[in-house]
Amino acid sequence: MVKLLNIIKIAFKNIKSNKLRSALTMLGLIIGIASVIVLVGIGSGATTNIQDSVQNLGTDILTVNINSSDVSLEYDKLDEFKNLDNVEEIAPFKNISVTVNRGKESSSNANVLATNDNYLEISNLTLAKGRTISGIDIENNTKACILGSEIAETLFSLTDPIGEKIKLNGDNYTVVGVLTEQGSTMGTNIDNIILIPITTAKYFDESMNINNIYVKVKDENYIDLAQSEIENYIRSTLLISSEYYSVTSQDSMLDAMTDIGTTLSLLLGGIASISLVVGGIGVMNVMLVSVTERTKEIGIRKSLGARKRDILLQFLVESLVLSLIGGTIGIFLGIALGGLTEKLGLSFSASSFVILISFTSSAVIGLIFGIFPAYRAACLRPIDALRTE
Amino acid sequence: MIKLLNLNKSFFMGDEEIKAIDNVNFEVKKGEYVSIIGPSGSGKSTLMNILGLLDVPDSGEYILDGVNTKDLTDGELAKLRNKKIGFVFQNFNLLSKLTAWENVQVPLIYQGISSKESKKIAFEYLEKVGLKGRENHLPKQLSGGQQQRVAIARALCCKPEIILADEPTGALDSKTGVEIIEMFKKLNEEGQTIILITHDNGIAQKAKKIVRISDGKLYDEEAIENG
Repeated sequence: MVKLLNIIKIAFKNIKSNKLRSALTMLGLIIGIASVIVLVGIGSGATTNIQDSVQNLGTDILTVNINSSDVSLEYDKLDEFKNLDNVEEIAPFKNISVTVNRGKESSSNANVLATNDNYLEISNLTLAKGRTISGIDIENNTKACILGSEIAETLFSLTDPIGEKIKLNGDNYTVVGVLTEQGSTMGTNIDNIILIPITTAKYFDESMNINNIYVKVKDENYIDLAQSEIENYIRSTLLISSEYYSVTSQDSMLDAMTDIGTTLSLLLGGIASISLVVGGIGVMNVMLVSVTERTKEIGIRKSLGARKRDILLQFLVESLVLSLIGGTIGIFLGIALGGLTEKLGLSFSASSFVILISFTSSAVIGLIFGIFPAYRAACLRPIDALRTE
Repeated sequence: MIKLLNLNKSFFMGDEEIKAIDNVNFEVKKGEYVSIIGPSGSGKSTLMNILGLLDVPDSGEYILDGVNTKDLTDGELAKLRNKKIGFVFQNFNLLSKLTAWENVQVPLIYQGISSKESKKIAFEYLEKVGLKGRENHLPKQLSGGQQQRVAIARALCCKPEIILADEPTGALDSKTGVEIIEMFKKLNEEGQTIILITHDNGIAQKAKKIVRISDGKLYDEEAIENG
């Protein structure tokens, strides 16, 4: 025990007396561990983000997509849709590509969504100020719009946008409300959207075919029943074959998204692990050089009574200490860099699990890549070792 | 204390077999001070390595303090080196990155003695060899004679049965060499068994007994009357 403590002291001393070399060795590991933490952190940050946004939609929501150029759901049919037994509310929506201007100011690339009065509620969005698009707006094709927080700031900066007009493809629309800040959700940046009444979509797009609908079911416990009812309706009444539509619950979407996220994390982690292995090889390289350089020292120590295992332990502890110090610095660097990526707008989450894994893997790397040089050192015959200069 | 029976050791230089140790029988008793003298290439270093358990003979037996070293494992040999043998080398063989006292401490560490205790012992022995006040010097900050004293302190601190000195004055000027040899003499007077290997007749004469080695064979032993 005392011996082990002393051998650890010897290892620290050696690391300290070769500061530059130790630092360079550690650098490989530091970069490796830090990149594992950052990349896996970004991966799992994205996953969490997706999960949050999917969950935000609520567990009583079904998403209906119809993706065929031949068949589609006409706007007039939506009432029928809404009257299905298990359906409470629906929010059909269309993505419209338009240019957005305010006065003479340059256009900005907002994402314009034509939808109805239920969209806010179903999507769990709230208004920071103003009012929502009402049923009357829909009926009268009112040229009203709600702005996401970011686009509102871009277009109006400090002035209050309520009651002001913006131009969509040159047409005047009155701002009636502004959304609270949301952050990006499922690939769409909610803060950058403009909502307009679905009936005004016809001003931009001659067809009034609906491809996307959010459906709120009456009872979330019977969401599966609602799903089959909707599928049934689309298939038998609208006569759309199953390859052209999908009805997905948030649960199944959550599963799919989580799968994607996990794959992403694994992929990023895998790439980062390569640098970790390279770092490990760096440790081995330095330890081998160190053994060669210190052959004489090993000989002296052996002549003074060091056993094979004492020498083995000394070198093993040395590479372990190097790796653990490198690993620890790497973890902190990774978390710091992760914080930086967060500032850049990427979401990042360093789970204690990943940190633990990183720490363990640096220890394992230290052991694995240290054992060969250490074994070589331990097996040197004292007489040969003493003879070298 | 030390008994060599029919010891052989040879090396190959190309195809030629060189008998470095040729059927050697040799005995050293407790408290003796023996010089082994011979020219370079006579096999004295090989003998020293075998006596120091750094090398193993091809055949024959080496009994150290009643233990036949023939069948010992590496670990057991290391333990014997640590406990029974104190080396003093020609080129000191100090660890350059360790201070004087840390160098002395090394064999104590391998005995499992605590840092605190071993530091105390190291200081004690440095004082004994006249290096009080230089405990924290690195080897390069010490003169050759001082470095050899550190090595002697290191050899002594485990209270070895035998001190094995291989040309201990070889790297020193004659005045310092004499001081070191005087130190050996004094240690022997205190009861320390010493085997000293040298090619220098003058130094060999200081021992109580001289053994000559030539072409791997040990020759006449002569007792010296040292006043």
